[in-house]
Amino acid sequence: MVAYLLRRLGQSLLAVIAMAVLVFVGVYAIGNPVDILINPEATERQRLEVMERMGLDRPLWEQFWVYFGNLLQGDFGRSFVYGESAMSVILQRLPATMELALFALVLAIVFGVPLGVIAGLKPDTYTGRGIMAGSILGFSLPNFWQGLMMILIFAVFLGWLPAGGRGQTTEFLGMRVSFLNADGLKHMILPAINLALFKMALVIRLARAGTREVMMQDYIKFARAKGLSHRRVVFVHVLKNIMIPVVTILGLELGSMIAFAVVTETVFAWPGMGKLLIDSINRLDRPVIVAYLMLIVFLFVLINFLVDLLYSVLDPRVRLAQRGAQ
Amino acid sequence: MPRTSSKALFLSASAALALTAGAVGADTLRIGLASEPTSVDPHYHNLGPNNALARHIFTPLIAQDANQLLEPGLATEWEAIDDTTWRITLREGVTFSNGDAFTARDVIYTVCRIPLVPDAPSPFTLYTRAIAGLEAEDDHTLIVTTDGPAPLLPNQLSTFGIISASVSGAEDEVTFGMDGCTGVGDAPASAEFNDPNFAIGTGPYTLGAYIRGEELRLSRNENFFGDAPQWDEIVMRPLTNSGARVAALLAGDVHMIENPPTQDIARIEGDGFTISSGLSNRVIYIALDQGDAPTPGIDGDTNPLQDARVREALALSIDREAIRERLMLGLSEPAGELLPAPMFGTNPDRPAIPYNPDRARELLAEAGYEDGFWIVLGTPNDRYINDGPISQAVAQMWTQVGVQTEVDAKTFSAFIADRNGFNFSAFLAGWGAGTGEMSSPLGALVATRDPDRSLGGTNLARHSNTEIDDLLVEALQTVDDGERERLLREASTIAMDTFAIVPIHYELTTWALAPGLEYEARADQYTLGSAVVRAD
Repeated sequence: MVAYLLRRLGQSLLAVIAMAVLVFVGVYAIGNPVDILINPEATERQRLEVMERMGLDRPLWEQFWVYFGNLLQGDFGRSFVYGESAMSVILQRLPATMELALFALVLAIVFGVPLGVIAGLKPDTYTGRGIMAGSILGFSLPNFWQGLMMILIFAVFLGWLPAGGRGQTTEFLGMRVSFLNADGLKHMILPAINLALFKMALVIRLARAGTREVMMQDYIKFARAKGLSHRRVVFVHVLKNIMIPVVTILGLELGSMIAFAVVTETVFAWPGMGKLLIDSINRLDRPVIVAYLMLIVFLFVLINFLVDLLYSVLDPRVRLAQRGAQ
Repeated sequence: MPRTSSKALFLSASAALALTAGAVGADTLRIGLASEPTSVDPHYHNLGPNNALARHIFTPLIAQDANQLLEPGLATEWEAIDDTTWRITLREGVTFSNGDAFTARDVIYTVCRIPLVPDAPSPFTLYTRAIAGLEAEDDHTLIVTTDGPAPLLPNQLSTFGIISASVSGAEDEVTFGMDGCTGVGDAPASAEFNDPNFAIGTGPYTLGAYIRGEELRLSRNENFFGDAPQWDEIVMRPLTNSGARVAALLAGDVHMIENPPTQDIARIEGDGFTISSGLSNRVIYIALDQGDAPTPGIDGDTNPLQDARVREALALSIDREAIRERLMLGLSEPAGELLPAPMFGTNPDRPAIPYNPDRARELLAEAGYEDGFWIVLGTPNDRYINDGPISQAVAQMWTQVGVQTEVDAKTFSAFIADRNGFNFSAFLAGWGAGTGEMSSPLGALVATRDPDRSLGGTNLARHSNTEIDDLLVEALQTVDDGERERLLREASTIAMDTFAIVPIHYELTTWALAPGLEYEARADQYTLGSAVVRAD
């Protein structure tokens, strides 16, 4: 297990470094951030002064060398735009994104798995077909359009929910979160559903396919023959066996929900990290872009690791295989 | 947000809208911003959103009204004693929001601090570099000496707010020196201003909270020296996506938004909302490379754009009225200069450049280009209002008179890199005159490139005409307003007659407000919550 962990860690470090080099060079190639940040009326001398202060007057390899040196000391650099530590600018936005992604994940599981199992157990009924038709809509309607329609219906026409923003927040473990008060929750409902719809459709399909497959298996027939109740067959034998693909996919999807909820965050003006990334790209705020992507790589590695651990809980074969390998 | 009426559900959509939006929360004004200020520090980032926010909390010595004409701020009077000396009389009895008295020391401290702001991406030194000496005659009189005549000093003093010397940690005695002040102490970092206890100014509002990306709260400053502002509290939220901004307005989440998209304006107005729009100081222009031959975006070894007749032909072949009507839906004003009248230095009688494709073809033939030529028009597609579509329209109009035009549209960050690298023979861009007078666009876009004189910084067309340069340099050293305006008018006339640059139109800046609210459109495009009033 330790060797496995070390190998994983080494791989992720390599991924982080490769990504940092790519992004660094890429952002450098787009243009000079000072041209975007500085007031056009500034003189040439002032422009050069600002570039010098940000270290942008040096050659690329030197800039990277300085950056990398600071990185090894845990310094992610200062944002060109905000003049503050790039990592702290990102971490300020992290709680908003995390709670939205987790809320969306819960919605996707709580609604997606049961609906998928129902559709799998009764594939030829109206209910089953209706669920599948619904999931096609969830897949194929563009995310931003869904978001705008939800705003139009629930915020503009009906006036039940706010059109965007984060609403009131509560202090929780040193972070400001929305889910602990009514106003904050109200603001979270629409963006969370918007973010969850696609994943929900995905979970429904996976759960349905899994259920149909598992229902054919010998152990289900055996369980039935043993006289187990339908309830027990579905909730223990079926559910446990369809969870492995669902967990794999949701693990990956959670990463992408955290990292790239950009569309939802933009449409609902949700002050999360995705919006920060887009703003930073538009302003060529290189320290923030690089630090952000490093954080995301780290998150993906972490989530994948947790998924692996969950496997061994869900599937005894994985545990046995690991023990065998040792 | 009060949205309790269950009847609203059964009413038609627009009636429901009017009900919800009409309820402007008792004394709180909520604003949806198109772009977010990057800091509360008034001297950190010289950019529209930051400056607009700063106007709520900090007051400059000299204020600008909606048309960018100067009016008293913390100074009640300013006069030039001679060409290089100014006397500035400060307002008496003004206190900061923490109760401290405002004196000349705060002004000296502010001017001293501006070059010391750490990491400023766009420093305000642009506006203080003319100041060579700054002394307090008494607590409410300042004597400013400048390095050579500086007629724009009052305009420059109107660009930055005054901060409290004591709160920032200055010593009791602050003295100005061109190469460094004494008594300044440790200049505070910009991030400190994000703390309400540190952002102390003399403006109509005080900072309540600043949560980046989420919201900005301002509360009324009870110590404000001017008329008491109408709103107890102003909440600003960054809603950078225009669809989200309009939805928030229609849903009643906010009472006012910046820059509603042109295509939505009719609908917003139809729902009973108020639209406020007015001329901005921003001109949209096309620059034509006159530097080298050959030039990158035109085939062949010559550069036809060096011929004024070709430039005139390209200027005349643009149908500005059609662009105004069909693309801008009326929200622009066809231009004949680089700044709209009646701003300082404009020629009020000069009409917009007419549309005359026949004359354009004649001019091209006279210049030896009967068969036209092929050209690339560079343009950003996310910076100015409808910038991409305008360039497409111009390309079609040029093609019609025989100049085959291809559009190269890019996101602004990529566009500006190409533009500053002289990779375009023709490009569309915009210029906002921060000082609100003609020397700003002429000096930056038309004057010969000369870093030593700080001229031609954005003259990427590399136009060069010593006649214009001389007039401009003279104007920049003429303190007498009447004479300076005459010189600027003359310089502008020459630039326009020789088609040094091709203006298209002035943008109209637009705000949308909940029914019952009014806002006077500002040429500097600032959104000032303190200037929003109830219609009654």
